[in-house]
Amino acid sequence: MSALERVRPSEPHMPVSPQLAMRVAILGGLAMAMFAIIFFRLWFLQVLSGEQYVQQADANRARDLPIAAPRGEILDRAGQALVSSRTTNAVQIVPSALPAAGAPRLALYRRLGRLLGLSPAAIEALVVHGRSNLRYAPVTIKTDAGTGVLTVLAERQNEFPGVVQQPVSIRDYPHGEMAAQVLGYVGQVTKPELKMRAFQSVQQGTVVGQEGLEYYYDRYLRGKAGVQRVEVNAEGYPVAARLSPTAPQAGHSLRVTLDLGLQKASEKALLDGIEHARASGKPANAGAFVAMDPRNGQVLSIGSYPSFDPNKFAKPLTETEYKQLQGNSTEGGPLTDRAVNGTYPTGSTFKPITAMGALESGVLDPNAGLGAGRCIYVSTQQFCNAGQADYGAVSLVDALRVSSDTYFFEVGELANSHGDVIQRKARELGIGRKTGIDLPEELTGTVPNRLWRAHQNELELKCRARTHRPSCGIVAEIRPWSVGDNMHLAVGQGDLVTSPLQMAVAYSTLTNAFMHGGEGTVVTPHLGLEVDDATGGLVQALSPPPARHVHLNYSDLSLVMGGIHAAASQPGGTSFDVWNGWDQAQHPVYGKTGTAQREPKEDQSWYMCYVGDPQRPIVIAVTVEQGGFGAETAAPIARLIASKWFGRPAKFVAGSSKTR
Amino acid sequence: MPLSPIKPTDEQPVEPPRQLRMPVDPMLTLAVLGLAVCSIVTLGAATRDLIPGQPNYYVNRQLIYLVVGVLGMVVLSRLDYARLRQFKNGIYALLILSILAVLALGHAARGSQRAINLPFFSFQASELGKVLLILAIAAFVVDRARRLRERETTARVMIAALVPAMFVIAQPDLGSGMVYMVVAFTMLFVAGTAWRHLASLLVLVVVSLTFVLVAAPAAGVHVLKPYQVARLTAFLHPSSNPQKEGYQQQESKIAIGAGQKFGRGANASQVPNGFVPERHTDFIFAAVGERYGFVGAGLVLALYALLIWRALGVLVMAKDLFGSLIAAGIAAMLMFQVFVNVGMTIGIMPITGVTLPLMSYGGSSVITTLLAVGLLQSIYVQARASASLKGRVLRY
Repeated sequence: MSALERVRPSEPHMPVSPQLAMRVAILGGLAMAMFAIIFFRLWFLQVLSGEQYVQQADANRARDLPIAAPRGEILDRAGQALVSSRTTNAVQIVPSALPAAGAPRLALYRRLGRLLGLSPAAIEALVVHGRSNLRYAPVTIKTDAGTGVLTVLAERQNEFPGVVQQPVSIRDYPHGEMAAQVLGYVGQVTKPELKMRAFQSVQQGTVVGQEGLEYYYDRYLRGKAGVQRVEVNAEGYPVAARLSPTAPQAGHSLRVTLDLGLQKASEKALLDGIEHARASGKPANAGAFVAMDPRNGQVLSIGSYPSFDPNKFAKPLTETEYKQLQGNSTEGGPLTDRAVNGTYPTGSTFKPITAMGALESGVLDPNAGLGAGRCIYVSTQQFCNAGQADYGAVSLVDALRVSSDTYFFEVGELANSHGDVIQRKARELGIGRKTGIDLPEELTGTVPNRLWRAHQNELELKCRARTHRPSCGIVAEIRPWSVGDNMHLAVGQGDLVTSPLQMAVAYSTLTNAFMHGGEGTVVTPHLGLEVDDATGGLVQALSPPPARHVHLNYSDLSLVMGGIHAAASQPGGTSFDVWNGWDQAQHPVYGKTGTAQREPKEDQSWYMCYVGDPQRPIVIAVTVEQGGFGAETAAPIARLIASKWFGRPAKFVAGSSKTR
Repeated sequence: MPLSPIKPTDEQPVEPPRQLRMPVDPMLTLAVLGLAVCSIVTLGAATRDLIPGQPNYYVNRQLIYLVVGVLGMVVLSRLDYARLRQFKNGIYALLILSILAVLALGHAARGSQRAINLPFFSFQASELGKVLLILAIAAFVVDRARRLRERETTARVMIAALVPAMFVIAQPDLGSGMVYMVVAFTMLFVAGTAWRHLASLLVLVVVSLTFVLVAAPAAGVHVLKPYQVARLTAFLHPSSNPQKEGYQQQESKIAIGAGQKFGRGANASQVPNGFVPERHTDFIFAAVGERYGFVGAGLVLALYALLIWRALGVLVMAKDLFGSLIAAGIAAMLMFQVFVNVGMTIGIMPITGVTLPLMSYGGSSVITTLLAVGLLQSIYVQARASASLKGRVLRY
């Protein structure tokens, strides 16, 4: 191969002509321009805007999985756990690690379904739903699977690709049905809740309080979820690299005013009373109680029967289960907190309020003898004592002691001509208005008067006109306020609607005014005592100020309190025999029975009392629906509660008084 | 530039064996080997997770392609490129036939096909076609060297390029077709075609682009496939369609931008996690930019600048017009591919499927580029030999 041979004479060596030089120079200039453009563009992207692209790249690859924060405990006033959290293993599916869709995956679902008692379709649905929420996160299939299942899964891991166990914290209610309506329950935050201000910082999938204290104090209890940053690929599946997690902040614990011992005893007392009532043929289908410190509104025990087990809410409830818990709209079900939301007339337990109203407005002379005879007649109507009893003409104190209906019918009749004297006093003491308790829902109630009646008539008429029905049931008949309405109100009947809690507030007001020479406070009942952090340090003390101050005439108040003390402590008193053997000198009882008529149902048994003590006074409200006379069922329950509070032997003493 | 150990001709006649000792262009070689190393390093990091369980799949194959290509380059550099001129008709026929064969096989496979699948390798005829076209056109132009100013010459050359370009675009491989046209145009330009011919060619391009992209679709005639039109226009408004064409380019820009000055190294995520598509082929520059930053991207660009500078140097020093035109075609191919590919990854050029020479994974592209470099080396070697005969010292 010689170079000489290859150079052909016809092809002269090309000297670099000026034209070629120029054109190559242009080509070279083009190349330089091209590199300059790329260089400046790279400079702009990488050096000038690099920070911004780093952020975009990190946003691309990082997905935040929430790490649930341990929820704070709810403790009783002495620090004993009422609600805690427990760690259990959840069975989860990691979608990216599942076998291929189709037959292999279905086979896995079948195997897993047999183990967990779920259909393959149900598992599939859970996975699909879970992925649509957070597509890179593991999907929980079963929360509390039981050790047997977990052992099988752990031992035969290769048969269950993509199925993992993950320790999760679930809410534990160690006392089951105890105070369930008040403690509430938890559940995953719902879509409407996510839009609420109270759940502003909550992420989808977080477990939050749904009822009761769990709901009301959720912002303290829930803590702050941590963040597990997962690096994902373009399809959204996690890749091996792990970014540092942010640890969750545990929720604060809530110390409440409840006394675990008293709460347990109260619940048992209510059940004893209901059993006793049933033994004597009463339906006694429901009941409630509230025990409160009359000085500050701290609720010492509170309960409602029938109740439910909040642990049930750890797993999703079926529609029928939930409906059964809810009950119907008029009767309510286990979820209804009858202590706070019961809609009841109170029977004779209202009489002290009637008396205060009539006394202070000068309508009533406490020494005048009233109520002679078995019945009071107003125009064509007759208003009679229970059992056609005739107490003769009695003074106020005696009328309260024996619970003379005829006496208070007359007081109601007298008061009616002076306007709303009873109604004003009732409202002043806390009846017919919200108490401000720290629970998500509470009854407002009704103290009926002329205006209220007129308003109801109007509503009924409008409703009838709108719906073309003969009656809407707002009022039974369209008629103006009558003296009879006021007479019924005077004995806690008629259109009066209130709750055990409101009655406890009213009695607490009477009581603390009585303790302080007539200067009383309408306490704000509350359950929250303080919020503590995980190490026990105080975060916030909860002590809501009283709703308002009231000034009661001390001599009038002394008469009323004397009357209900006599009712519990003197022969002939309606609950005298219930408190048989009680040391009235050490712990004087000021108690009033009530028997609310609720035709066609059995009478509702009521008892309201204040038991004095320099250090730990207590106001107790008890009611049993369809439980019979107050002395018969509710009063003995109250005695059992008081016995526990003052360390006396528990003794169920059914009273014999057949008064309302 | 270091001088070769050629002794003055008046001392001794030239001995043929001396030619074998004649070095290849050292800067050109440096640029090629540097880019090969960059390709292997970048692929190694970017494709580790692409095929589960085979972290070195792409690296190993690219290494084989590079070795084969370098062998081809060495062989070509030892041959006298001028001999190829006589085979110009055969070369052109091979170009057309290989492209038609791909089209026919693709048709048989009921779909788009850019390659003929061989047992170990899928052969992309359009890539090798670039070098074949450069050789054929260089030969045509040399044949008509005395009639360069004639309109007919310009038309014939452009049609000679347009025919294979249309077939390639039909495959569909828009990028290679554009390379063909740019190469032919540049070769005419260097050969000395009249300015007004070149200007009318540019006007023709603008008119036909308007026709293809705007007028024809409006009239219901689709010269390009809809996705090609979408890609071509997506870069003009990147945020309008972030899910598809715009998305790819956006992710590529994020990758390169996130590389900042010194790169994200092992912390890189855009490319390794698959946010950037075609990370090993068309978008390998994004892998460089993210992992090695401005410094790494600058190094790669510097190597390309060196490569193109040497191609232009060889153009000028070539012993004959044939060599100069080949060098011009190769320089145009490299410039166009580098600018369009890099421009695509940094969001200033449309997505056209043009590979980044030597960096992009793929046997056809790598081997073709190395063969082209082999031609440059041959032109260099022959120029040095010819100059030494005449006692000239080439200083380009």
